[in-house]
Amino acid sequence: MKKLIFLSLLALFAAGCAGGGNTESNNSTDKSAESQEQAPSTDTYDPNRGEGKFTDVKVGDKLDPAMAQRGEKLADLKCISCHKLTDEKLVGPGWAGVTKRHKPEWIMNFMTNTDVMIDKDPKVQAMLEICMVRMPNQNLSDDDARDILEFLRKNDGVK
Amino acid sequence: MKKIIYLFFASGAFLMLIHLSGCKPKNAGDATGSDAAGRTYVPPGKYDELYNFVSGGFSGQVSVYGIPSGRLLRVIPVFSQDAEKGWGYSEETKPMLNTSHGEIPWGDQHHLDLSQTNGEIDGRWLFANENNTPRIARIDLKTFRTTEIIEIPNGAGNHSSPFITENTEYVVAGTRFSVPMDYENGDVPISSYKKNFKGTISFISVAPTNGEMKIAFQMLLPGMNFDLSHSGKGPSSGWFFFSCYNSEQAHTLLEVNASKRDKDYILAVNWKKAAEYVKQGKGKKVKANFAHNTYSESTHTATSKMESEVTLIDVRDFPDLVYMIPCPKSPHGCDVDPTGEYIVGSGKLAALIPVFSFSKIQNAIANKTYDGSYGGIPVLKYEAALYGEVKKPGLGPLHTEFDGKGNAYTTFFISSEIVKWNVKDLKVLDRQPTYYSPGHLTIPGGDTRKPYGKYLVAYNKITKDRFLPTGPELAQSAQLFDISGDKMKLLLDYPTIGEPHYAQMVPAELISKNSQKIFRLDENKHPYVTMGEKNSKVTREGNKVHVYMTAMRSHFSPDNIEGVKLGDEVYFHVTNLEQDWDVPHGFGVKGNKNAELLIMPGETTTLKWVPEKVGIYPIYCTDFCSALHQEMQGYVRVSAKGSKVPISFSLGKNSEAADEILKK
Repeated sequence: MKKLIFLSLLALFAAGCAGGGNTESNNSTDKSAESQEQAPSTDTYDPNRGEGKFTDVKVGDKLDPAMAQRGEKLADLKCISCHKLTDEKLVGPGWAGVTKRHKPEWIMNFMTNTDVMIDKDPKVQAMLEICMVRMPNQNLSDDDARDILEFLRKNDGVK
Repeated sequence: MKKIIYLFFASGAFLMLIHLSGCKPKNAGDATGSDAAGRTYVPPGKYDELYNFVSGGFSGQVSVYGIPSGRLLRVIPVFSQDAEKGWGYSEETKPMLNTSHGEIPWGDQHHLDLSQTNGEIDGRWLFANENNTPRIARIDLKTFRTTEIIEIPNGAGNHSSPFITENTEYVVAGTRFSVPMDYENGDVPISSYKKNFKGTISFISVAPTNGEMKIAFQMLLPGMNFDLSHSGKGPSSGWFFFSCYNSEQAHTLLEVNASKRDKDYILAVNWKKAAEYVKQGKGKKVKANFAHNTYSESTHTATSKMESEVTLIDVRDFPDLVYMIPCPKSPHGCDVDPTGEYIVGSGKLAALIPVFSFSKIQNAIANKTYDGSYGGIPVLKYEAALYGEVKKPGLGPLHTEFDGKGNAYTTFFISSEIVKWNVKDLKVLDRQPTYYSPGHLTIPGGDTRKPYGKYLVAYNKITKDRFLPTGPELAQSAQLFDISGDKMKLLLDYPTIGEPHYAQMVPAELISKNSQKIFRLDENKHPYVTMGEKNSKVTREGNKVHVYMTAMRSHFSPDNIEGVKLGDEVYFHVTNLEQDWDVPHGFGVKGNKNAELLIMPGETTTLKWVPEKVGIYPIYCTDFCSALHQEMQGYVRVSAKGSKVPISFSLGKNSEAADEILKK
């Protein structure tokens, strides 16, 4: 993320002082175009990890029931309007099997860095074409996201 | 992506600065020989440099503009219903408009003051007055919502308000229309004005932590018109100054009868001493009846409480509290410079501007340099209080603000101009025409100890030919001037909401850094909140039907409801389960005589609906929320009175709650 800030600033600064002949409005169009070009391309994107603050999430062989219970409560409030616990699609895809399809860090990055992942992750983009609704960022804390992950593991049969 | 966009925004103001100072614009603006376009152009996606809060006058609301672009950012509903936001229509906000006269749907909002700490804007609250049915509102600048409204008893025409002391200890109210006091028999001949009509000035304390207002005391004064006011600052911080006119005590044809005397007054109030007296238990408690409305952020609900008593200080019993300073010809604006030493009175019919000196006023009081008394209040000798006069500044001076560099800027209504003059030597430095007839003006921090200078906005009462015609009714206007140089430069015209009176401007950073994005669901304490879709339900209590409904992109739960009967009152309590910035949902039901709802993320809001005909009523989301927004809809079935259709509700085939009902 820090890299992005730096790049954006750099791009804007460069655009702001260059292009003497351009009108102001043209400058500003250039700015956003330029910064998008300079944003990391999908080449550097790790589709297994996703993008976000989680790089390596340790999960136990056994379920942490307390965490899973907290996760379920949170999911009831913020998630299950759109996700069923089976594999049936509601607004978003059903949750069954999600922890087998994705690594823990991918799931937690998607939950907390939603918009960036929707824009970059090939699997998410494919799903967006089916669901047609961008998954909302539900403002989960890191602990919230971890608790929900534990509930997803429970849903996938971890005991 | 949103985060990136946000970063672009956040760096906007910073980059603008670099842009202006580091590399001179080489665009079309230069070619025309004027850089006005460049100075007011804020590129797409960039933020303005300042917030401009503008009173809405007869609209009853407050509008928020970005400066220098003049873009309208928001209209904050305050004293009038606002169907767009459900303000005064939703069950939660109706109590905010309650008064001792009942619910009032349309107010008259005149002046604004931003809260201050040590005489500088602190960005916490914005105060707004209501002139017609005297009230003061406090707007929370985290949410840009009106969070408290207090009614002011014993008065009418709350005009010299809501100005604050320099640590926001008090916000003041005053009577432009003197009247018999509420605790007296008001059934008196109008011609008995001199005997029965009185004025009051109220000091409303503001709790330093949560801002809660309370009428600390009212001062009983002779019947006349109290017009505008400002607090002292620095050396004069314990004092408040109010302009007064109609010292003739006329009650009819005031334009003639209240303009007879050469001089009216500025009332100097030693509020610190008054507060001490009240603390000592002095003053008398009188019966009163006034509404105090507060909006709770945790329950998202307003409550209106009637209060029954105020403390009144009759100034005739306390000879060292108030003094009258003669001021030429019906003074209007009453403005104190950043040092706190100079008090500018603008006699709206005078051909000069008197500037009073706080230290001379103190000497005159100490030496009792009086010129008689008025209504039992000592009147200081004009010359003993006067620092000097600005000679021949223009016609019809109204209001003055300051730039912090020793200059004052005064609007002239009759000669339609702004005049810049030096406070020390009282010499006129510059004058620029406005289009047309300005009332108030504002400079960022221009009434505080620390003006930001740079810009000035004049608020014009007459627009005539400045914008494309829109029939007989025209928008009023604001005009932005650059005041960074010796001469003022007109940069921009922009139309305003209602009639702009006073306004405030503040560097954006002070406010934007605290701006709230969502209401947290886990902090939602609304009594009818639905915490998650599983808890959505419909219950009946007699003829009241409560719908516990959730909204999430892109459906309501439940979205099929049956069992409502004629004679029922249906309450839709809609909780928006979204927790992302800028994802409100709307809610409307066909034939509702109220309004619609607009529900912010994490908020619960209630619409009351009393169906009058049997049939099927669609409900839907009224705020485009997602690609499937057009699918965000449902139905309510309304049956005849006495029908046997039971209450039931469902959402798709997934609603377990509905399944349970069906099993029963």
